[in-house]
Amino acid sequence: MADALLELRDVYATAGEASILRGVDLVIRPGEVHAVMGPNGSGKSTLANALAGRPSVRVTRGEILYEGRDLTALAPEERAREGIFLAFQYPVEIPGVANLYFLKAALNAVRKHRGQPELDAMDFLQLARRKMKLVEMDEKLMQRSVNEGFSGGEKKRNEVLQMAILEPRLAILDETDSGLDIDALRVVAGGVNALRGPQRAMLVITHYQRLLDYVEPDFVHVLAGGRIARSGGKDLARELEEKGYGWLEASAR
Amino acid sequence: MSALEGARDRFLALHEGFAASRQGEPAWLARLRADALGAFREQGLPHTRLEEWRHTNVTPLAKVPFALASSPGRAVARDDLEHHAFPVFACSVFVFVNGRFAPELSAAQRLNCGTTVESLAEVLRGDPERLASRLGRIAEWKRHPFAALATAFVDDGACVRVPRGAGAEQPIHLVFVSGPRADGQPLLSHPRVLVEAAPGSRLTLIQDHVAVGTSPGFSNCVTEVEVCPDAQVDLVLVQREPDYRFHVSNLAVTQERDSRFAAHTLCFGGAIVRNDAGVRLLGEGAECRLDGLFVAGGRQLVDNHTSVDHAVPRCTSRETYKGIVGGRARGVFRGRILVRPDAQKTSARQSNANLLLGAGAEVDTKPQLEILADDVKCSHGSSVGQLDPDAFFYLCSRGLSEEVARDLLTRGFAQEILRALPQPALSDALDDILQQRLRLAHAGGLS
Repeated sequence: MADALLELRDVYATAGEASILRGVDLVIRPGEVHAVMGPNGSGKSTLANALAGRPSVRVTRGEILYEGRDLTALAPEERAREGIFLAFQYPVEIPGVANLYFLKAALNAVRKHRGQPELDAMDFLQLARRKMKLVEMDEKLMQRSVNEGFSGGEKKRNEVLQMAILEPRLAILDETDSGLDIDALRVVAGGVNALRGPQRAMLVITHYQRLLDYVEPDFVHVLAGGRIARSGGKDLARELEEKGYGWLEASAR
Repeated sequence: MSALEGARDRFLALHEGFAASRQGEPAWLARLRADALGAFREQGLPHTRLEEWRHTNVTPLAKVPFALASSPGRAVARDDLEHHAFPVFACSVFVFVNGRFAPELSAAQRLNCGTTVESLAEVLRGDPERLASRLGRIAEWKRHPFAALATAFVDDGACVRVPRGAGAEQPIHLVFVSGPRADGQPLLSHPRVLVEAAPGSRLTLIQDHVAVGTSPGFSNCVTEVEVCPDAQVDLVLVQREPDYRFHVSNLAVTQERDSRFAAHTLCFGGAIVRNDAGVRLLGEGAECRLDGLFVAGGRQLVDNHTSVDHAVPRCTSRETYKGIVGGRARGVFRGRILVRPDAQKTSARQSNANLLLGAGAEVDTKPQLEILADDVKCSHGSSVGQLDPDAFFYLCSRGLSEEVARDLLTRGFAQEILRALPQPALSDALDDILQQRLRLAHAGGLS
């Protein structure tokens, strides 16, 4: 079996003042797609943000190893350059910064780190156009400010577009399905599936089983009370859809 | 004697020498000078007990023994200007060295349809009467000591005239270069601009202030703009002098019926900078827009005072000022809107947003609305904040360094002002200047 890409050992974390994660263990290997489900407040987003390095989330105990190294020692931008990507639950609007410019700057920061030559404007535009087709994104959105005035669906497509351009090794999708209608969900899921590959691992965080009809996971974990209450195959997601989370929450206490 | 009183007396003494060389001027001009000098003598240099100058202490300026820029001063060569040029479009460039027209440095393209740019000194020598009812008639020097001082010393500058119905396609670029005397003595200069946009005419004018040399200096500018019925004027004021210079600028505008005027004041440099922009809406249906952007770092002080006077019904004013303040710098914004009793159906909007880049930076912002009519739409808003931590994390999570993320967000904050400039090429050129300024400031204490 391949070496773990990401390994969490008894991870505790706080978000602001609140203690949220209380002993999470998780191993993700290259090529695997893991789904993390759980009720509201169970710590799903805290888990995603702990991996991406959001400053307000602090790991207080345990270890997070990424490619065998201590991830918590790295700043968010270093994690991104090392191949970690978080698709935000609430993508941030950034007035005055053109989407295309931002994406090019991000890609070149990552390429530089990997020792690859930076792309010029023409080459980048070609690449971006190719990737935009993948998420059926309107080219006009590239000239607009990042996420500003985008619909909910456009924001989520923009997240997947960024992921497609940055080609991470570990993609974390934080409730990428929330707020999407069925057509947008299909497009977003199609973009995600196109990025599946033997070298890339994915951590798909979702409240509902719906997304997992389109992005089929290899493993499903249920987060409850700040720890993984149960792990299983994709059937576990269906079981949760039928029974709800109550029975797991009770056992997690 | 205080430093302010000492400086007033020095300026008055300088004027004695200056006035001696002005014998034989037309009576109206002599009277204007004398009245302005009297107004300056009476007001003196402003102290911080005055409401209008509460946040701006000009004592550092008062302590410098300036000489009057009577000769062109240190020779300015074309090379000195090269790196100040906006490389992106070809337009007529008129260069003024310490306020004095320098034809050898200027490059006048043929101007359209009778638009003229002349040296104020030449007009005052050759055909002064046509300025008798214009020069010094719009600027409110009776209430502003520095405008009074500049008017007492009025000498050279730019006289821009667009005849009825005419319009220059390309912008006209006025470059005011300031610098010390050949022996390094700090100089006081009075860049002056007089604009007349005749009925139905159009004009885009860039008034650009740069400096050479490394010693302090004081640019005390007055710009008077008369916008006749149906005329449209876009004025871009760029202040990019170094951080050891003093800059005071007075923009005064009158607008007639159905005219449109926009001022874009972009302020990047200077130790102490005070900009006053005043627009009087005198004809129904007039529209004005006042935009401003300033960047201050180190120990700079940048003070923007604006005033819009809605004197008649059915006029519109829109005002957006943005400040970026870091280091131990201080920004001041005060926006006055006066809606007179007759000015029904006025629409006035004002906003001032400020970005603080460091804990030592400070901004004082204050709207001042005096609404004396009852059927009007007026609004104002101001904010002082820091970079949004969520946006910051978002950019970093895509691989951008903290420095790049901070620069992008800061530039993003400024784009609303930059993108509203009359030409995209100008927006890009000034965005580059902003970027250089931010880089310089980060190295030298913007944050």
